Amino acid sequence: MPPLKHLSRLLLLAPALLLAGCNTVLLNPSGDIAAQQGKLILVSTWLMLLIIVPVIVLIGLFAWRYRASNRAARYEPDWDHSTQLELIIWAAPLLIIIALGAVTWISTHTLDPYRPLGRIDATRQVTPDVKPLVVEVVALDWKWLFLYPEQGIAVVNDLAAPVDRPIQFKITASSVMNAFYIPELAGMIYAMPGMQTQLHAVINKPGEFEGFSSNYSGAGFSGMRFRFHGLGNADFDKWVQAAKADGKELTRADYLKLEQPSEREPVRRYATVAPGLYDAILNRCVDASKMCMSEMMAIDAGGGLGRQGIEGVKAREAAADGGTPRTYYVAAALCTVADPTGTQPVLRTSKN
Amino acid sequence: MLDHLDLTKLVFGRLSWNAIPFHEPILLVTFIAVCLGGVGVVALVTRYRLWGYLWRDWITSIDHKKIGIMYVILGLVMLLRGFADAVMMRAQQAVSFGENVGYLPPHHYDQIFTAHGVIMIFFVAMPLVTGLMNFVVPLQIGARDVAFPFLNNFSFWMTAFGAGLTMASLFVGEFARTGWLAYPPLSGIAFSPDVGVDYYIWSLQIAGVGTLLSGVNLVATIVKMRAPGMTMMKMPVFTWTALCTNVLIVAAFPVLTAVLALLSLDRTVGTNFFTNDLGGNAMMYVNLIWIWGHPEVYILVLPAFGIFSEVVSTFSGKRLFGYASMVYATVVITILSYLVWLHHFFTMGSGASVNSFFGITTMIISIPTGAKIFNWLFTMYRGRIRFEVPMLWTVGFMVTFVIGGMTGVLLAVPPADFVLHNSLFLIAHFHNVIIGGVLFGMLAGITYWFPKAFGYKLDPFWGKCSFWFWQIGFFFAFMPLYVLGLMGVTRRLSHFDDPSLQVWFVIAAFGAFLIALGIASFLVQLVVSFIRREQLRDTTGDPWNGRTLEWSTASPPPSYNFAFTPVVHDNDAWYDMKANKFERPTSGFIPIHMPKNTGAGFIIAGLAAAVGFALIWQMWLPAVLGFAAMMAAIIVHTFNYKRDFHIGADEVVRTENARTQLLAAHV
Repeated sequence: MPPLKHLSRLLLLAPALLLAGCNTVLLNPSGDIAAQQGKLILVSTWLMLLIIVPVIVLIGLFAWRYRASNRAARYEPDWDHSTQLELIIWAAPLLIIIALGAVTWISTHTLDPYRPLGRIDATRQVTPDVKPLVVEVVALDWKWLFLYPEQGIAVVNDLAAPVDRPIQFKITASSVMNAFYIPELAGMIYAMPGMQTQLHAVINKPGEFEGFSSNYSGAGFSGMRFRFHGLGNADFDKWVQAAKADGKELTRADYLKLEQPSEREPVRRYATVAPGLYDAILNRCVDASKMCMSEMMAIDAGGGLGRQGIEGVKAREAAADGGTPRTYYVAAALCTVADPTGTQPVLRTSKN
Repeated sequence: MLDHLDLTKLVFGRLSWNAIPFHEPILLVTFIAVCLGGVGVVALVTRYRLWGYLWRDWITSIDHKKIGIMYVILGLVMLLRGFADAVMMRAQQAVSFGENVGYLPPHHYDQIFTAHGVIMIFFVAMPLVTGLMNFVVPLQIGARDVAFPFLNNFSFWMTAFGAGLTMASLFVGEFARTGWLAYPPLSGIAFSPDVGVDYYIWSLQIAGVGTLLSGVNLVATIVKMRAPGMTMMKMPVFTWTALCTNVLIVAAFPVLTAVLALLSLDRTVGTNFFTNDLGGNAMMYVNLIWIWGHPEVYILVLPAFGIFSEVVSTFSGKRLFGYASMVYATVVITILSYLVWLHHFFTMGSGASVNSFFGITTMIISIPTGAKIFNWLFTMYRGRIRFEVPMLWTVGFMVTFVIGGMTGVLLAVPPADFVLHNSLFLIAHFHNVIIGGVLFGMLAGITYWFPKAFGYKLDPFWGKCSFWFWQIGFFFAFMPLYVLGLMGVTRRLSHFDDPSLQVWFVIAAFGAFLIALGIASFLVQLVVSFIRREQLRDTTGDPWNGRTLEWSTASPPPSYNFAFTPVVHDNDAWYDMKANKFERPTSGFIPIHMPKNTGAGFIIAGLAAAVGFALIWQMWLPAVLGFAAMMAAIIVHTFNYKRDFHIGADEVVRTENARTQLLAAHV
């Protein structure tokens, strides 16, 4: 059997070899999750070619053999049914789809981006004592902000992770939908305002890779790219230290400025991050005069405020390019003992 | 309160001279060219005194054949616009690398890809599909018109005026910069405060009414107006696919209307269905739009499948293999098309079980589709295949479509979709099925039924040129996109940093050039065929040795289609009649009851478009007045009791005798 096994492996690689001239990163990535996804592309393609190739050959064959000028070919103008053939016609695709459906069910569960990693690569399992590196990702107009709660730092448009350490990304966005995608690492997942998505992945090779937004998000979309570094542990520590050495803090006010639309931002590093910033971003209340979504949902879950709720709605103006600014509404933060009118935001910004 | 009233604002809303793009040279030149062309057309129509003819015989016509032809003309005209957008995108992506930012700033480029998608789906593919169904279905089922002839005229004009509004955005204001499905929050007022998205919403709302009503109309026609003897399982396959498509339209388009209405409420009156704040949820929009959007692709492709079924059986000189399984396959696809919408957003964080459910239902659709391919294949088997132009499109389709189908099933595997979603691989996939399936089908159908509509065949030489340019151009234009997708390149980018990608975009641009030659050949074919119409004349009414009822009548058919309603005994009714030595009746004609033309459809749809335009620009006073005028026109129309007339027996005799002589002269 071994030679046959080799042959099948070779066949499996054939399209990859054909495309070797260009860097088809999807079929030859550097992270284990992306590698499994790439392999799945090949396996599914081969499964389907089992039926596609014969069909294409038959189309050519029949078209040629039964051309009108070929009087030698049999002609049966009234032949329109054959139970055996019909059975094959329905059964053959059905069998392929049963096989592919099984592959789909299993792979969708094992490669679920929300599922903590079970393995580092094909040969190494994740040991229970390994804690994944948590990275909080925020898609802004039009740049990426990465927060490292464990290290306490934040970086704009630059991302790094130690090789072979599982990473857990928590992903959200500030304004519109984007998708967080590093083809060398793992498949994409959407970054959506007010919602959190997750991705578990691991990078297996050191190097510098491309990351970008893969869901159109407006004018600056094409430039919404960042570098992803796969680093050895020592290099990763150095990378973290570089951010710490910069010494700046990412305050809420800084974030609100950073959030304003801008294109092709250079890399920025922050040594520390205002406490609870990511949760505030996710709940859309970095601007403390706004009510946090978690609060609003808790109120609603308790039955809501009824008509009084309307009192807490305040107008905002949306930036318009050229035309008159348009008004939209947000919920204001609730009053507290320290802030009895609920109109004094904990932190004023230049915008208000 | 009243002292805040600003009359200029009330009348003109947001519209001002700034809305005219004087500063955009590309648009300005296009605008001038369109104006000159328009003036030229108006001058020619006036010169040859055609206004009356156009008004009486076309604009107010409620003859399903003429309405069908107008739909197809609308589709072809809009194809030129949509393709111009495609060429601009290909050109931008072929040059915009590194230092070079190309010739289109994102503000313009983003409108172009949005307009390209919207136009190609709503104003090219939909009118072509609806047009062919309108023209062919009544003829195929032996009816004299559709069930609601006035509604048919109205539906067409709603679609046409919807297309007109989209075109107006080119020169007055701008179009959406959101992608063709206008996902919020990007399409919400906070991030798209200008008129682009409003143009998008109101064009689609107006055209959508037309589509929905034409769906109702054709369902009623097929269910109620079949010739005696034509049971459901004796209907031609094209009619079957038309029935399923229109059922899908009736079930799916209200969802689109509702979701766009919610979006316009968000934008205009400040509701929060899909906004970020105050409990809005954009994913609701994404779900709703795809609950319409996925059936929409089957709305487009099912009639194409029907056309291929007719063509393959006619040109193989053979009964369609597996008629019953073809019908079941169509019905199964119709039902399953509602169970797959989530595969458009596997990457939005649904759980693994939800994703696998929708992945597997998507794959299951490939089983009936595969069965269809095999059925066409075995129709060719032991046939006697004439490679006329419609058959070339069909064989080209079969080869192209199975590749697109394969990549589609690949995208249905969620973990594979995680790396391929939104990539150029996806772009290549859906162009592979929409060009290779829908467009090839429509071009096959146009070539196949052209002699029926106009009385002469299309010139085969230019038809073959068109086919080969399209077929080869398609592979050049989209195979590089598959490769780029595997290289991790995403869609809708107007600029690239990596120069190694450029060669693939240049190949794709060359493919677009070949497709341009294909489109040009098709237009040349129309002109050449018109010039050579006497040589290409179809005197028999049955130029291809057809099998279904439309070939039993004259080419072009008389306004009443059939002097006597045919009686059907077989699903290849006309083939069966020919085999049983059917004698065409030449006497005993009686007057025929027919619907009467009316301008109401054109007027109401025109007013609807005016209201739409006023709403886009928030010109509240004209909007209210326009709406009142539209309602008045509708009410006035309900008092029109002169809706029908009889074609006298003598006229029927004259028409039918002329045909008898024509047939005798050419035996």
